[in-house]
Amino acid sequence: MSANILAIFYLISGVLFILALRGLSSPETSRQGNLLGIIGMAIAIGVTIISIGNFSSGFIYLIIFLIIGGSIGTFIAFKIPMTAMPELVAGFHSLVGLAAVFVAISAFLNPIVFNLGSPGNIRIATLIEMSLGAAIGAITFTGSIIAFLKLRGIMSGSPITFIGQHFLNLVLGLGLIALIYYLCQTQIDTLFWTVIGISFLVGVLLIIPIGGADMPVVISMLNSYSGWAAAGIGFTLENSALIITGALVGSSGAILSYIMCKGMNRSFFNVILGGWGATNEASKSINKEQRPVKNGNADDAAFLMKNASSVIIVPGYGMAVAQAQHALREMVDALKKNGVKVTYAIHPVAGRMPGHMNVLLAEANVPYDEVFELEEINNDFANCDVAYVIGANDVTNPVAKTDPQSPIYGMPILDVEKSKSVLFVKRSLSPGYAGIDNDLFYRDNTLMLFADAKKMTEDIIKNL
Amino acid sequence: MEIDPFIFRLSIFILSIFIGYYVVWSVTPSLHTPLMSVTNAISSVIIVGAIIASLAGETGSIFGKANIFGYLAIILAAVNIFGGFLVTQRMLAMYKKKKKDK
Repeated sequence: MSANILAIFYLISGVLFILALRGLSSPETSRQGNLLGIIGMAIAIGVTIISIGNFSSGFIYLIIFLIIGGSIGTFIAFKIPMTAMPELVAGFHSLVGLAAVFVAISAFLNPIVFNLGSPGNIRIATLIEMSLGAAIGAITFTGSIIAFLKLRGIMSGSPITFIGQHFLNLVLGLGLIALIYYLCQTQIDTLFWTVIGISFLVGVLLIIPIGGADMPVVISMLNSYSGWAAAGIGFTLENSALIITGALVGSSGAILSYIMCKGMNRSFFNVILGGWGATNEASKSINKEQRPVKNGNADDAAFLMKNASSVIIVPGYGMAVAQAQHALREMVDALKKNGVKVTYAIHPVAGRMPGHMNVLLAEANVPYDEVFELEEINNDFANCDVAYVIGANDVTNPVAKTDPQSPIYGMPILDVEKSKSVLFVKRSLSPGYAGIDNDLFYRDNTLMLFADAKKMTEDIIKNL
Repeated sequence: MEIDPFIFRLSIFILSIFIGYYVVWSVTPSLHTPLMSVTNAISSVIIVGAIIASLAGETGSIFGKANIFGYLAIILAAVNIFGGFLVTQRMLAMYKKKKKDK
C-alpha cells in the first residue's frame, strides 16, 4: 500500500472520530456516533497491519496481545457498575498515558522502523515531539492512577499538601524543559529515561493536592492530557489519525475542565493549586454556632410530596454513594401515579465527573427528557411545591448568592430555597466538601431527613 | 522554497483543535460521561504506533526491546479500545425517552 493511500485511510478514521463526537449532541444520534467511532478504529488498525504486510510470527503475537487486551477491556466494560464510572474513566486515562510512553520508548529505541533516523541520530524536531509525548503521557499515567485511587477511596480524598509543593513542581517543570533541551543536543538515552522518570513524579505531585470534590476538573484535565500525549506521538509518527484524534480529545477535555471550573466559579489554576480547605480556615469557624433545624421522617416526607403538585429532585454525589438511583426512580413512579409532576435538576459539578448524575439516572430508567440542567430548570424552583435534595449539598447553598465572604460566593447554585418546602436527605449536619455550613438546613421551609439516601427513599415509598 | 511537511501536520493539528472546540460545545451536558469514555477509546488509536513498533522491528528477533514495548502498548491500548467503546455503548443504550403510553 502506498504511503499516500495509507494517509487517506488515516484521514478517513480521523473524520469518523469527529463524527463520533458529533453524534453525542443528542442521545438519539449518539449510538450511531459510537458505531462510527468503532469503524474508524477498525480502519486505522486494519490498514496499519496491511501496510506493514508482515504476517510472520510477530503478527501472531500481535493478534494474541490484541485478544488479551480486548478481552480484559470487554470484561471490564460489561462488569463495571455505573456508580464506578469515574474511577473507570480515570483508569482508562492512565492506560492511554502509559501506552503513549511505551510507543515513544520503542520509537526512541528503534527509530529506523518509524523512519525517524537512526539510534543516537534522531531528528531534533522528532526528538522534541517524542519527548513531549512521552512526558505528557507519563504525567497522565501517574496522575490518573492517583485520581483513580482517590475516587476508589483507596487513598483519602482530602488534599495532600506540603510546604514548597508548588515550588518543587515549578523546579521539576523547568528541569523537564532543560532535560529535553539537552536530550536534543546530545541524544544521550539516560536523559530520555530521566525525562520519563521525572514526568511520572510530576503526575503524582500534580494530583495529590487536589481534593475529592474537585475530581470532575481533574478527570477532564487528564482526559485533555491524554489527548495532547497522543497528538505528540502523532507528530512523531507523522500519522494524521493520531494528530486529529489527539487534538479532538485534547480540546474536549479542556472544554470539560472549563465547564466544571465555571460550575464551581473557580479558576482552573485555583483548582490545580490545591484544595479549598487550606485557604478558608477563617470562614469555617464563623459558622460554628448551633442553630435549630426541623427534623422530619419518611412519613412527613411522603405526606408532603403526595400532596404536592410538582416536585423537583436534586441528586448529588451522596446518591451515587448510597446507590439510591433505583429507589429514587421507584419513588418518582409512585408519585407520578398520584398525579405529581416530577422533574430532576442537575448541577454541572454534581457527582465526581461531568455528567455523572445523568448516567446514574439513565441507568435507573429515568427518561432523559425529565432531567434538566441548571439553567433550564432554575426558574422552576419558585413554582414548585417540594424540592427533594438527595446527596447534594454545596450546590444548593444560598450563601453562594448572599455572602461575599464565603469561599463558594459566586458559584452558580440551584435555587432550591425558593421552592415551598425543601426535603433534605443527609446523614448528618456535617458541612459539605467546601467545609461550610449550608444555610438551607436552618430555613423554615426545610425539613431535614437524617438517614442514608437509599434507606430514606425506600421508607418514603412505603409511606406513599 | 518548499514547505516542510511538519507545517502541514501542524495545520491539521490546529484545525482539528478548532473542530474539537465546536463539536464538543455541541455535546449535550447529559452525555458528558459518555463523551469522556468515547474520547478515551478513540485516543487509543495510538495503537497504530504500537503495531508499527511490534511488527516492523524486523531486526532478527521479534522480542527485541523496542518490540516488547510495542506489544505492551498493544495490550494497554486494546483494553482501552474495547473497554471504552463497549462501556460507551452500554451507557448510551440506557438513555431513553419518556414512553407516551404508560
